[in-house]
Amino acid sequence: MFENLSYLTLQQYWWAVVSLLGAILVFMLFVQGGQTLIYTLGKTSLQRKVIVNALGRKWDLTFTTLVTFGGAAFASFPLFYATSFGGAYWVWMLILFAFIIQAVSYEYRTKPNNFLGEKTFESFLFINGLLGTILIGTAVGTFFTGSDFSINNMNSSTWQSSFRGLELAFNFTRFATFVNLSLGLAVFFLSRVLASMYFINSIDDSTILVGARKQLIINAIPFLFFFLFFLVSITIMDGFAYNPINGKVSLVEHKYLFNFIEMPMVGIIFLIGVIAVIFGIIRGYFYFQECGTKAIWFTGFGTILTVFALFLISGYNNTCFYPSTYDLQSSLTIENASSSKYTLVAMSYVSLLVPFVIAYIWYAWASLNKKKITEDEMENDSHAY
Amino acid sequence: MENFDLALVDWSRAQFALTAMYHWIFVPLTLGTSFIVAIMMSIYVRTGDELWKRITKFWMTLFGINFAIGVATGIILEFEFGTNWSNYSWFVGDIFGAPLAIEGILAFFLESTFIAILFFGWGRVSTKFHLLSAWLVAIGSNLSALWILVANGWMQNPVGMTFNPDTARNEMTNFWDILLSPTAVNKFLHTISSAYVLSAIFVIGVSAWFLLKHRRILFAKKSMLVGAVFGILSTLFMLMTGDESARQVFRDQPMKFAAMEGLYDGEQNAPLVVVGFMQKAPTKENPKKVDFAFKIEIPNLLSYMAALDPNAFVPGVNDLVNGRKEYGIVSYHEKIRQGKIAITALSAYKKAKEVGDTSKASLELSKFKDNYQYFGFGYYDNPYNIVPNIPVTFYAFHTMVGIGTLFLLLFIVVIYYLYKRDISKVRWLNYIALWSIPLAYIASQAGWMVAEFGRQPWVVQDLMPTLSAVSNIDHKSVITTFIIFAIIFTTLLIAEIKIMVTQIDKHSKIKED
Ligand code: HDD
Ligand code: HEM
Ligand code: HEM
Repeated sequence: MFENLSYLTLQQYWWAVVSLLGAILVFMLFVQGGQTLIYTLGKTSLQRKVIVNALGRKWDLTFTTLVTFGGAAFASFPLFYATSFGGAYWVWMLILFAFIIQAVSYEYRTKPNNFLGEKTFESFLFINGLLGTILIGTAVGTFFTGSDFSINNMNSSTWQSSFRGLELAFNFTRFATFVNLSLGLAVFFLSRVLASMYFINSIDDSTILVGARKQLIINAIPFLFFFLFFLVSITIMDGFAYNPINGKVSLVEHKYLFNFIEMPMVGIIFLIGVIAVIFGIIRGYFYFQECGTKAIWFTGFGTILTVFALFLISGYNNTCFYPSTYDLQSSLTIENASSSKYTLVAMSYVSLLVPFVIAYIWYAWASLNKKKITEDEMENDSHAY
Repeated sequence: MENFDLALVDWSRAQFALTAMYHWIFVPLTLGTSFIVAIMMSIYVRTGDELWKRITKFWMTLFGINFAIGVATGIILEFEFGTNWSNYSWFVGDIFGAPLAIEGILAFFLESTFIAILFFGWGRVSTKFHLLSAWLVAIGSNLSALWILVANGWMQNPVGMTFNPDTARNEMTNFWDILLSPTAVNKFLHTISSAYVLSAIFVIGVSAWFLLKHRRILFAKKSMLVGAVFGILSTLFMLMTGDESARQVFRDQPMKFAAMEGLYDGEQNAPLVVVGFMQKAPTKENPKKVDFAFKIEIPNLLSYMAALDPNAFVPGVNDLVNGRKEYGIVSYHEKIRQGKIAITALSAYKKAKEVGDTSKASLELSKFKDNYQYFGFGYYDNPYNIVPNIPVTFYAFHTMVGIGTLFLLLFIVVIYYLYKRDISKVRWLNYIALWSIPLAYIASQAGWMVAEFGRQPWVVQDLMPTLSAVSNIDHKSVITTFIIFAIIFTTLLIAEIKIMVTQIDKHSKIKED
């Protein structure tokens, strides 16, 4: 059935799949957000243990989502993979370091004779939460603001800055840096909001709950600020458009704003997403008793929709999703960076399994979450972290 | 070749080797113990015997400790293709990316979802669902091995694709050819069976340590029994697939095969070198030449093993470099000549297209297509630079095979003593079992050294040399990340070993049976 679709439709389909994975990843970063709250919320070592264990049941899934996002990007838009990862070397390396140290920390934190000590593993979790969220957000920001690279006629790329991507987060002489960072910080604070909601949803411990409710609102405010800054910036900015006939790239005023308007479906998804995020925050905080535990569903679902729409406007409607500010014509689009039609078709069949994967993940979670996590359980569970 | 930054190439190779070898310390144990745990849990569910529950939980704890670090080291590898081998990522991304994506969608989610149930499910989910999860974890981890090995098999023996000169990359034309390529299938079967053997040795070795310390005798013997039965079956399978892998290499990568055997001058009725020591023996055209200072051989066996015919001709390094018309072997000199034609034709084709000269473009294109088969050779001038490191490949291969053969004996003896005698009293055997653990890791790493050193200098056999696969980065950045990786991974490895040993000791002291 996929064979009959046009090449362009397949490219759009895969951009949607990658966008969806990216969106789910941002939602799942609540694990990272939670890791930065361990000491803020956990006053006693037992409370911290409860928090770590609540996160510990989910971390692997976030990790796997990141890995699959990478794999899907590689398979469907290999030129992006080659250009961005090989170019912004240090940004990606920092992200990777932040995730390596996370992976062992849950399992090793409280095991006897663990060489580095409990505190070190906790600080690994904190670093992962801080760097992971901010850098991933910043990297996604460059989908709108662009990076300095060029691509030759053999499709091999050269990155201009010797800072290898770090300039995207630290070169404060450019406005784009602020835009990138604002998205990074928005993701960071959002992940803490989501984490607070997750704790409220899954932990049965009154002190932690009171703290989580407070953190929910404390982090919601900077989140809204940075998100708004990012949103306003990209709507007033020039965007990178290409001509579908000859592939020529040019700057177009208010490109991203027009993308919302010219693709009303995407605009609507975006609006619903943003409203759901805010709705969840308000209900979660002000109607804490009645529906605090449900807040994560609203805000989480809203996050997925919002991020999904943001990815879509960066790549659809003849927009360059990975623009080059150094050489406009080197910018990557879903058309020039994609895999061959054959590969996209083959992978599309595999993608049919995704709903099935989501279904069993859901089922597995539901069967584990039937009981809330409590302090006494920590003392009896043979596999508590 | 002068345009390439060789320090960059070497450091990138070193970095990939470091990270892959670290990853591979943990992966085989995951692949095998996941099955062993599932088997143990099945026995528990069938018999309802509490002892089997404790056995299951113990090995599951060790599995968890090992799993975490396997994950930590794995993520690097995937992204390293982009960060350090970006030209490679583009050249083959159309083919290579798909298995990686499928691995994520099909295998990693399966594994990570059900691992949570496996660890936290006691008392929370039904026994049946819990047991099913154990099997799904095992299947998931082995599926992840499948896809990555399909990718690796394709690099060793590229099939199912054509080169598209307009995009300058290989494009997939047949998914099934890639998935079912004999190289990929063999690689998968041999690798997972070797991982089962390693895990079986681990289980036996740790149990033997319990016996040596006179702790939890029944617990240890039962674990040992599962390990030994699982181990002997896996060993037989591993020997079969290893043997078949060697024949596969003989067919598709004859230079690697020559390196594995240290064979310079090929012959009919070639003997198999069982043990050998090599030393430098440079000649004018080949300054890197090495030769045997001492060797023990079995006549005819190599020919027989390679082609199932004692009279078969097995080409050596010199035959491949200089060609042997009578056996239909094209010389490297000729391949280099054709490779250079292909490279020149490709850029002429690109130029002609840019200026719109269609007739010249199609002429160059057909020239290119005729010579594409040896494209990668065109990057070289001296054919002896296209020869892998012979001593490393030779020693690694012989170490692996030697250790594998020993393991077969070990499993047989262990099973004999388990059934016919009281193994807890046979101290020498328990010591051997314990000391086999490091041997299993050595054999396993050696296997990958054969596979990966032996295919040098190719990342994609005959098409893409390693030196043109790297990203355009400053080599100092790669040195820095290499050092950071070395420090982090070594630190984590030490932590892992300490935790593992402590857990084993702690559990061995539990009094109950
Ligand atoms: C416990 C580890 C172990 C043991 C005892 C053996 N192997 Fe092995 N072997 C591996 C672990 C391994 C491996 C790590 O799984 C490799 C590395 C690459 C691969 O495909 O599998 C491998 C590769 C490998 C290759 C190279 C394949 C290639 O280059 O693509 C050959 C020819 C063999 N093996 C043959 C054998 C034979 C004839 C054995 C007889 C005893 C044997 N191996 C024992
Ligand atoms: C986990 C087991 C593996 C081990 C221990 C291993 C080992 C090595 C070693 C020792 C090298 C360096 C060889 C040299 O430069 O001379 C290397 C290079 C490399 N390997 Fe592997 N390898 C493993 C699996 C894989 C797999 C599954 C793939 C691909 C799917 C792969 C792809 C590469 C690449 C791209 C390089 C760098 C380029 C090159 O040197 O050719 N490796 N590996
Ligand atoms: C012989 C080669 C390899 C085999 C059999 C293998 C198998 C596995 C297995 C079973 C896991 C599960 C976790 C664990 O091991 O503890 C894993 C993790 C991982 N591997 Fe490998 N691997 C190999 C080489 C590679 C290479 C070359 C890559 C790079 C593409 C890679 C990428 C990963 C990633 C990203 C993870 C972590 C994913 C997660 O579970 O969330 N592996 N690998």
